[in-house]
Amino acid sequence: MTDALAFADVSAARGSNQIWSQGTFTIPSGSIVAVIGPNGSGKTTLLEMILGLTSAASGVLRVFGDPPQRGNERIGYVPQNYAAEVGEGIRCRDLVALGRTGTRWGLARRSSDDRARVDAALAAVAAQDVARRRLSRLSGGQQQRVAIAQALVGEPDMLLLDEPLANLDVRNQHEIVELLGQLRAQREVTILVVVHDLNPLLSILTGAIYLLDGHAHYGAIGDVVDSDLLTHLYDAPIKVVRTAQGDLFTRG
Amino acid sequence: MTVHALLADVAYQPDWLDVLRSDFMRNAFLGGSLVAIASGLIGYFVVLRRDAFAAHALAHIGFPGATFAILVGISVTLGLTLFCLVGALAIGALGKRVSNREVSTGTILAFATSLGVLFASLASENTSTITSVLFGNLLAISNGQIRVFACFTLLLVVVLAVVGRPLLFASVDPQVAEARGVAVRGLGILFMLLLGLAVSMAVQVVGTLLLFALVVTPAATALALSARPAIVVALGTAIGLASVWMGLVVSAMFNLPPSFCIVSLASLVWVGTLAVTEVARRRRFGTVVTHGGHGHHHETSRLSV
Repeated sequence: MTDALAFADVSAARGSNQIWSQGTFTIPSGSIVAVIGPNGSGKTTLLEMILGLTSAASGVLRVFGDPPQRGNERIGYVPQNYAAEVGEGIRCRDLVALGRTGTRWGLARRSSDDRARVDAALAAVAAQDVARRRLSRLSGGQQQRVAIAQALVGEPDMLLLDEPLANLDVRNQHEIVELLGQLRAQREVTILVVVHDLNPLLSILTGAIYLLDGHAHYGAIGDVVDSDLLTHLYDAPIKVVRTAQGDLFTRG
Repeated sequence: MTVHALLADVAYQPDWLDVLRSDFMRNAFLGGSLVAIASGLIGYFVVLRRDAFAAHALAHIGFPGATFAILVGISVTLGLTLFCLVGALAIGALGKRVSNREVSTGTILAFATSLGVLFASLASENTSTITSVLFGNLLAISNGQIRVFACFTLLLVVVLAVVGRPLLFASVDPQVAEARGVAVRGLGILFMLLLGLAVSMAVQVVGTLLLFALVVTPAATALALSARPAIVVALGTAIGLASVWMGLVVSAMFNLPPSFCIVSLASLVWVGTLAVTEVARRRRFGTVVTHGGHGHHHETSRLSV
């Protein structure tokens, strides 16, 4: 099977400033991978490179074996601060539908197939009951579900989520994480999640890309959850405690 | 003139039906309706894109266009349209939906208005022409203007029918639209040009200073009532049409300026709608307001790294 992502000595730059380099790793299809690193380390830039919105400063990046390309239908994307951007001008249902029909010219109405897929995407995130409401009127957790539904409606093979857990309370974080685990199990979709905190995701992660000291690394989750590495990554003493439920990080 | 005499002027006009049947009223209804349709179509996108201030600025850019036309002796419609389209390109080129575009847009607005003042003083035209640019002169719409309005409105309908859906995507959700391959920036500039066309028409109906109430207010009213794109466009157009028609009737009945009547009606409908939807919302959600789940901080042994 083709790897979902293959990086070969990839580096990323913002303008003329290199933000990270020496990214060489492959991520198998069906992985759930966290993207972690301090603020400004280039996490969003990494997603933009996969989406074809920014090109790699050097090196070779392959997405399902192909060069990254804007408009890649195999990728569903949820940007950061999604709900604030969308505002209150549209119902959730119509917003989700745009994920499928928004690139089409002309006035043709949504087909019954379109509508069925919108229903299916809303059902997959358990957001059917808010479909007729405006995104801005929903709770943070519901907003994130609808955003994921929009990314899912094109039936992508990869989901890129930029800080989906930001501004959510512990319960809602847990629910979104559970949802991601289900999506991966049911749809065999590869998921990349930008997060600041690995803890809530530990139960589902298969690996992590960490942007550290200007380099991009990838490790299977067992290797990443390491006191020395995490201490270095966050520049704060961190201890890994293994429990029956999984690993827990604590401040050392 | 005493206040009493002034009030006598605005009294009920028994011959208002005859006034409504006159040729200039026919043109006023036609021209006003075309502008209401154009505004209803474009207004939803203006509100979605948070471009209301740009619409307002474009109207002010039309002002020097009109006074320049008077100065050099070309048609006012032509001058208005040219300036609005060039202004639209300039604002569009400033970038997509940059939130701090306000300062640059405001500066262009002020500069344009000052140019208008300069051209007006050079043209030594009587002030009634200036007044009609600032406040609109629906009762003096010519057959030629109607033809231009019809072409512009048709163009707007056709272009929006083709680009409507990607434009909607790019308007509500520019980042995802960009990633999905929609030409967000190009659509933004195209949208500004369409807005320039609509504004150049609306200026001739309600004037530079009152344009907001015809281009933005009906769409905002519709958006308070519905969030289904097609319904919002239809409702916004209907509210605009009703404001124009009823405004003209009231203006004929009581000898009031049509701009005043149209804008007042559109504003009243807006205020009324906001009040009603707010009350309805409070009734529906009033009991669960305290249930919000935000701001809880649980002290746990976990470290948020």
